[in-house]
Amino acid sequence: MYETRYHRPQTLAEAAQLYDGAEDPAFLSGGHTLIPTMKNRLAAPADLIDLRRIPELRGIRAADGRLIIGAAQTHAEVAASDIVRDAIPALAQLAGSIGDVQVRHMGTMGGSVANNDPSADYPSAVLSLGGCVVTSQRRIAADDFFAGLYATVLEPGEVIVAIEFPIPVAAGYAKHRNPASRYALAAVFVSRFDGRAPRVAVTGASESGVYRWSEAEERLAERFDVEALEGLTAVKAIMAEDMHACRAYRASLVATMTRRAVKAMGGMVVS
Amino acid sequence: MRDVTLTINGTSKTGQIEDRTLLVQLIRDFLGMTGTHVGCDTSQCGACTVILDGKSVKSCTVLAAATEGADLKTIEGLADGDTLHPVQSAFRTHHGLQCGFCTPGMIMASVNIIERHKGQIDEATVRHELEGNLCRCTGYHNIVKAVLAAAESYPQGWPAGTDPH
Repeated sequence: MYETRYHRPQTLAEAAQLYDGAEDPAFLSGGHTLIPTMKNRLAAPADLIDLRRIPELRGIRAADGRLIIGAAQTHAEVAASDIVRDAIPALAQLAGSIGDVQVRHMGTMGGSVANNDPSADYPSAVLSLGGCVVTSQRRIAADDFFAGLYATVLEPGEVIVAIEFPIPVAAGYAKHRNPASRYALAAVFVSRFDGRAPRVAVTGASESGVYRWSEAEERLAERFDVEALEGLTAVKAIMAEDMHACRAYRASLVATMTRRAVKAMGGMVVS
Repeated sequence: MRDVTLTINGTSKTGQIEDRTLLVQLIRDFLGMTGTHVGCDTSQCGACTVILDGKSVKSCTVLAAATEGADLKTIEGLADGDTLHPVQSAFRTHHGLQCGFCTPGMIMASVNIIERHKGQIDEATVRHELEGNLCRCTGYHNIVKAVLAAAESYPQGWPAGTDPH
């Protein structure tokens, strides 16, 4: 790792001030992507601004049909939260399925969403639930937030403060993991709402990151059960292909995970 | 360089470090406590697991500077002289180790599992929560047996003050 300067601001305003005054800064949250990247010398920010102790980024609450989770809450905290378990059990279970215990003790929801790894779990929940990403500057709808591999519409210096999730009638998550890395080869989050069409978001599979599967949403809008998905296949051309899985396999997994998520409404299944 | 002061195994210690120093480097290279191992150095294997403010973490992926004021427990903090900690003892009884390289991380992760669950664990929980620790010798069966056996003695057979909560 190249040399860096570490800062631990106590407020959002102090973090912004540090960012503005630094030449080549990066925000640090759980660090479980950034620190390995720095160790490999693929990133070398001159200043690291640690966001984890900022009170504005903490807290979990439910109000007015929404679940609001502070960006610096760790995966372990989200998984263990009674508020999250009551409001959106599939989201709590998703958080409890990320990486391993040690990773969940450090990694944060805001860090994961800002990083937008194409195999990360949280982006699928944010997109499927139609969440709102609350930043230090504005409110961004999930449909406008993700912008391809490791990319979002966040501006330099913009910090995710919290994510607001509309509480659905029910949600389900199904994930098929690469057994070595434990990242999703394909995972699907399905949300069902009162008075609005269901939303289906896919992570891990596509070469451009998380996306909504509109054909599956249309089928489920007509009839919300697993038979409605019969014969529906995912488009192979948009799938990622690498040493772990070919396009055809990922496309097949997307259809299978979608059916499993519908069967798992109210929870999660992992394979 | 900066000073970082934290409580390690109940004793306040200060290390002079660079901002880029990793927690595991502080523990091993600056403080000379080599019980914590570096296996993969990529946050996969868990050999470097320590308990930071009551939570198991991989010390190869935590900046030492970020631990200012923290309460840290390492493998050196478990045994009381020649008396092994119940988890160490259970690993020996159940042959939960072979080469021993992963053992400090396995034991710290296991202590944390048992303490967080207050001893109420089953085999599925142990296997799920030990996913972050790799052993290339034993195949895990005896490790799982050892953790379950140690959990049965919690908290009566455990040293006072081991529970961080």
